[in-house]
Amino acid sequence: MSAVLEVSDIKKSFGGIHAVNGVSFDVREGEILGLIGPNGCGKSTLFNCILGQLTPSGGEVKLDGKLVTGLRPSELNKLGVSRTFQLLQVFPKLSVRENLILAGQEHQGNMASRLVGRSDAGLTDAANQMIGFFKLDHLADEPAGGLSYGQQKLLDAAMAFMGGPRLVLLDEPAGGVNPSMLADLKDRLVAINREKNATFVVIEHNMEFVMSLCSRVMVMAEGRVLAMGRPDEVRKNPAVIEAYLGH
Amino acid sequence: MSGFAKPLKIALGLIVIVGLIVIPMNFNRYGLFILSQWAVMSIAAMGLNLTLGYAGQVSLAQGAFVGIGAYAAAIMTTHGWPLPAAILVAIALSFAVGWVLGYPALRVQHHYLAFVTLAFSTLAFLVFRNESWLTGGIYGISNIPRPHVFGFATNKPLPFYYVCLGSLAIVSLAVWWLIRSPWGRAFMALRENPLRAQSLGIDTRRYTLMAFAIGSALGGVAGALYAPLTQYIDPVPFNLSLSLDLLMMVIVGGAGFYFGPFLGAMIAVLLPEWLRFTEGYYLMLYAIAVMLLLIWSPTGILGILDRYLAERRTKAASALRAVAKSRLETAQ
Repeated sequence: MSAVLEVSDIKKSFGGIHAVNGVSFDVREGEILGLIGPNGCGKSTLFNCILGQLTPSGGEVKLDGKLVTGLRPSELNKLGVSRTFQLLQVFPKLSVRENLILAGQEHQGNMASRLVGRSDAGLTDAANQMIGFFKLDHLADEPAGGLSYGQQKLLDAAMAFMGGPRLVLLDEPAGGVNPSMLADLKDRLVAINREKNATFVVIEHNMEFVMSLCSRVMVMAEGRVLAMGRPDEVRKNPAVIEAYLGH
Repeated sequence: MSGFAKPLKIALGLIVIVGLIVIPMNFNRYGLFILSQWAVMSIAAMGLNLTLGYAGQVSLAQGAFVGIGAYAAAIMTTHGWPLPAAILVAIALSFAVGWVLGYPALRVQHHYLAFVTLAFSTLAFLVFRNESWLTGGIYGISNIPRPHVFGFATNKPLPFYYVCLGSLAIVSLAVWWLIRSPWGRAFMALRENPLRAQSLGIDTRRYTLMAFAIGSALGGVAGALYAPLTQYIDPVPFNLSLSLDLLMMVIVGGAGFYFGPFLGAMIAVLLPEWLRFTEGYYLMLYAIAVMLLLIWSPTGILGILDRYLAERRTKAASALRAVAKSRLETAQ
């Protein structure tokens, strides 16, 4: 399996605080990589550095072997890298369907055709498919702001998949989602991973969710990689137990 | 404005359009001037509504773009160029300047951006006033001709009113198309959540610049009509207070609502006329009315309507859900 994403020696400091202090890892094509670690260990900052939302103080990010450090988030998204956010980031006034259409529109045509052409037909179909896939049919025309927290989390994830991304970085997708909906979410993620061959990196605190979903798990602590390996290996690692999992 | 039945909406629209064409036929010169001014200011306010209302970029420079358009039209038409050519130049010029003014918006937002655009507004005013070799300085430019449209002279107030109304119609259709296109959605995403927009592939830099450029270009169109309307321009009408007036039209009408600028411009242009009988108290009454409106509904007049319709929709939806639920229960 080849690496989709290669991260080497990424550093990010805020003033004197080294939020990310030299992190290197590969993400293999088709895998689901879990990213765990205590609060404030630099997981989200690492995501933001990879995605161009923050400019790293040092290090490189390669996508399919090509250097992408310094690209803007929108440019990375067009290269097939998508994300969800730790805090809800849907457009509350738009309906569920409109949110998904918005999420897909920049992946069709160019600036001119998006102004002059009427390219919504294909987009609406794609949005409707996504609605069906995430079982949001009964909510398709509701404003996203009126959905429950868990439903909005599902929509947030669905939006990340609209452009048909190859690599998706999910920041705490399970946070605040009730158990039955969580099972649904996991089921959907696994389906997209298998059927669309999409690669995931998932930040999550829900250990059960991470351990059952991920093929490998990376543990971070104090801005560095503490451990990397199969879920069962990581779970037994004394350093991980000490820093994060607890006895 | 959703929530009305479609045929009702179309009928209402037709009545308004026919009314705007037929009723002013009996108006006197002054009434036609006021109505033409409404059409011109609606165009400028629509531009600002794109930049501010849809894309969320604060601008205190829309008046300056009206000035740029007006001077472009005045200079060109007094030198024998036809007005349509002048309008195209006004569009190109204000689009280009608006694009450049968009760059600060990539770095600063909200009231900081307001100050940058305010400084630009002052700068533009000083250019209109001081560069007298081009603009005529404080003496301005007079004898601005009105155009011939398809061979008809529009010197008289009524024909020129139709020129303004026709231009408003064209701009309205263009803006309608724009806001319903993916661009409109991208502008809205820019306003609501630029961070999320970026992660969905929306090139926020390009759309921000476009929002500024297109909004400014409409200011230019308004200016290019304002010059032949008044037939005389000097720098004073294009100072900061015009920008503030236009901002108020957008906010009072309802920022981010398609019909907001029409309504806002109507209030700003017509209300002074209706309150004329109060003489010296007019501005005070106007100020108090605006304050009360914004305290009651910060989203402007159309915000009130929108809230009412949303409430009605929610009630209808929950009634439907209740019916569905009771059916389910009886089925079990």
